[in-house]
Amino acid sequence: MINQLLHRLIKHIDSFLMACLLFTMLVGLFVLYSASGHSIDRVLAQAINIAVALSAMWLASNVSPQHIERAALPLYILGVLLLIFVALFGTTSHGATRWLNLGITKIQPSEIMRLAMPMMIAWYFSKREASLRIVDFVIAAMLLVVPVGLIMKQPDLGTALLISASGFYVLFLAGLNWKFLLGGIVSVGAMMPVFWSMLHDYQRKRIEILIDPTQDPLGAGYHTIQATIALGSGGIAGKGWLHGTQAQLDFLPERTTDFIFAVFGEEFGMLGNILLLVLFSLIIIRGLIIAADAKDTFTRLLAGSITLTFFTYTFVNMGMVSGILPVVGVPLPFISYGGTSMVTLLLGFGILMSIHTHKKLVSS
Amino acid sequence: MKSRNELRNYQHEQQYFRVRLGVLALLVFICFSVLIGRFYFLQVKKYSYYHTLAENNRISLVPIVPNRGLILDKNGVILAHNFFVYTLEITPSKIENAKDPKSLENTIQEISKLVEVSSLDRKQFNKFRTQSHNFESVPIRTHLNEVEAARFAVNRYRFPGVEIRSRLFRHYPQGKLGAHMVGYIGRINDKDLISLEKNGDLSNYKGSDHIGKSGVEQFYEKQLHGVTGFQQVEIDADGHAVRVLSSTPPIPGNNIVLSVDSKLQSIAEEAFGDKRGALVAIDPKNGEVLAFVSQPNFDPNLFVDGIDSENWKLLNESLDKPLIDRTLRGVYPPGSTFKPFVALAGLEAGKRLPPFSISDPGFFTLPGVSHQYRDWKPGGHGSVDMRRAITVSCDTFFYGLAMELGITNLTNFVRHFGFGQKTNIDIKGEVEGLLPTPEWKMRRFKQPWYGGETVIVGIGQGYTLVTPLQLAQATAILANKGVAMRPRLVTSITDVKTGTIHPNPEVIQDKITLIESNLQIVKEGMVGVTKLGGTAAAMAAGAEYAIAAKTGTAQVIAMRKGEKYNASAIDERHRDHALFIAYAPADDPKIAIALIVENGGHGGSAGGPIARKVMDYYLLGKLPKAPDTIVARGTTNPPVNMPDVIEDENLHD
Repeated sequence: MINQLLHRLIKHIDSFLMACLLFTMLVGLFVLYSASGHSIDRVLAQAINIAVALSAMWLASNVSPQHIERAALPLYILGVLLLIFVALFGTTSHGATRWLNLGITKIQPSEIMRLAMPMMIAWYFSKREASLRIVDFVIAAMLLVVPVGLIMKQPDLGTALLISASGFYVLFLAGLNWKFLLGGIVSVGAMMPVFWSMLHDYQRKRIEILIDPTQDPLGAGYHTIQATIALGSGGIAGKGWLHGTQAQLDFLPERTTDFIFAVFGEEFGMLGNILLLVLFSLIIIRGLIIAADAKDTFTRLLAGSITLTFFTYTFVNMGMVSGILPVVGVPLPFISYGGTSMVTLLLGFGILMSIHTHKKLVSS
Repeated sequence: MKSRNELRNYQHEQQYFRVRLGVLALLVFICFSVLIGRFYFLQVKKYSYYHTLAENNRISLVPIVPNRGLILDKNGVILAHNFFVYTLEITPSKIENAKDPKSLENTIQEISKLVEVSSLDRKQFNKFRTQSHNFESVPIRTHLNEVEAARFAVNRYRFPGVEIRSRLFRHYPQGKLGAHMVGYIGRINDKDLISLEKNGDLSNYKGSDHIGKSGVEQFYEKQLHGVTGFQQVEIDADGHAVRVLSSTPPIPGNNIVLSVDSKLQSIAEEAFGDKRGALVAIDPKNGEVLAFVSQPNFDPNLFVDGIDSENWKLLNESLDKPLIDRTLRGVYPPGSTFKPFVALAGLEAGKRLPPFSISDPGFFTLPGVSHQYRDWKPGGHGSVDMRRAITVSCDTFFYGLAMELGITNLTNFVRHFGFGQKTNIDIKGEVEGLLPTPEWKMRRFKQPWYGGETVIVGIGQGYTLVTPLQLAQATAILANKGVAMRPRLVTSITDVKTGTIHPNPEVIQDKITLIESNLQIVKEGMVGVTKLGGTAAAMAAGAEYAIAAKTGTAQVIAMRKGEKYNASAIDERHRDHALFIAYAPADDPKIAIALIVENGGHGGSAGGPIARKVMDYYLLGKLPKAPDTIVARGTTNPPVNMPDVIEDENLHD
């Protein structure tokens, strides 16, 4: 009886993926304890975030891919509408208009798009799979550009980037013509000046300072400089947990959120960094296998996009902390403090598990 | 058939998808490899570089400012010392916020709710801010009392970037007494920084805010400052010290003992009353300065932490020019006080040896010129020999003597008494005065020297200019029979750490061999000045020792710095300056004095009594008759938190 219940509970959980995720989150809690200045409260709050996110993941894993596919269009439309609402009536804080005040709580509609976007484009391609033509890619690209444009205007460069990436992965996996891809890259290159003019001053500055952080060592370059100092001074083996001077003495800004990787790299060194990359790689490999084994166009495209978007998270965050990418607000998955991104990420992994386990059920 | 097609289609599609997936997996691999390459670069290749940067971040060298040495008078009376006060300091860079330009103002506003911040404090703060770097802390309030300090300490967490510091403050407990001599310290400015850098002393001033600006404080800066210690401190990003890693203690500055007796100094200053002027008293045998007066003076405590504009205006624009050290920067014609030196020049040249005498008609003429050089006494002094010429200050006698000696012989001789050159006293800023020569005049005015100019040099008029210090030094050299001791204010320097006392050595600067009988003649003439019939007989009335003296008056000339024309002050300020030189006891000189009373009129009556009070106290320990408040007078209000002065046995030796 209990066995049966337990079986029902974990029927849709992928144990390998689950193990990797749990281990990464555990590492995250330890790093957070160090980064927060030994704050148990912060760790407990994050544990609650994790619990909530895991529940969401469990729910998602139990929803069949067919239901997910059916939800794609309504969710996408809802997301776009909310984004338009934000643009019109959104709440502004720190110069960015990202939130909708619902009276009880504030929501950030761009988060919905993180999943709605790959779902929508995967759904579109699955509908058109019999007669896929160039015009379909153009339409898919439009589906991508409108919400991303809205998010970029908020402005939220990090989210816009990740959502673009998730949409792009679907396009690419759906068989985007190489010539078309090349043409796209060229036209994006040509669009750069326009893009540049759309950026806010602080975003431009971030990019300028990426090229030369010493331009503004106490201002915008401070983040990058202190983070690279933290990483570099960690050496091969690191300074040891709770012993990173850059972290413990407050030199690292935003060190529980976007820059938590600097704390990790300082205290656990290059060996720790490689271990973390291995963990992320295992998760990514598992996700790619699930995608490769998926039985239909929608699930395959969605699984591939979710996995590669996760990769994009990790690469962009580590890249920006180690000073090879511009500082855009992207957290490090499962390590950075914060509930929203945790929930979005684990929902994604819940969908992955659903895709994998429901396929098994179907085939068996 | 259809289903097989679909299946093949399906398999084909999956194959195609897997290839694309493989391409992206390759992208993942490449990106992660780039990251590992980056980690290798940062954490292995550049490890030592970033390690150093992290250590520099974390470890800060905090200078420990040494205690500045004390300045004591010859009896151990403290003229300058230090005490700790709490100051409230703001580091602007930690408060300023690009988004909120008023953040600094708001912080000050918040602070003022806890601790009183006056408009003057704000003004000072703004002034210091413009003078210091953004990351340096600047005091917003000084002299916090303990209640205020405690009240702020409790609220400190609300004010990142605002700190309570305990700072050493310089204090001059005697206030105005000897202000020009003791000098003062002030905040280090850009000019000081440049000179510190040139001398390689900059690192020793890390953490020091003050430096000697004038007087002994300036001249003995190196001795007084001490050696800065350092603490290696671990700091957090806000600059708060977390723990001390290592510490090198500072070496305190040395104590400096002056040759001046503050009581004598005080008597001399009091004797001037509200007159302007200067007095220098020197022990002729060793060059020790016994009193060093420039009146009016000022309270050096005003300068320690930057003088406020009201007080500055008051001092700087005063017609009395209290800030000018008249002893070594005020130049005056020596007038008749120059005559003893001319007399000696004549005697040493074999001229006018007694019993030679002239019959003084009351004027002197050059051969072939009708112009009459008048004696100060209409009708003349009758029969005048050398002694009497000094005693009655006979102009006619010295006109002729100067003419006969010639300007070159005369100046070459008196130069041995220090005229026209610096005395090398241990205070900066001395001016040279002027001993005119034909070469000088040609250089200066492109004009030849006229005989008539030599005539008036004989009575100390014309181009000749002296400082009171020069005149005192000349008098001392005369009293010491031609041996010129370097005048010095400091007798010894005490190493506070080891207790070793380093005496400031006597230095013979110049020596002229003089015939004893000639010296005797001049001395007799000068003693005659203080006897009945002399020009300063009154001042010596009842003296228990013989005084050799000479009076002088000098026509008023403009002071060096452009004095403003002031109609209401013109009368008083057009009167002659009164000059007076003296040494005593005449047969065994222990003290040589020169003084000037600006617009004081006659030297004997205006200057004599001042000199008498100084000599009476120095030679006999006698206080002036008037029930003065001399010694107990005018100390400034002691600041809060000032410790009781600790009586140090060593100081009273």
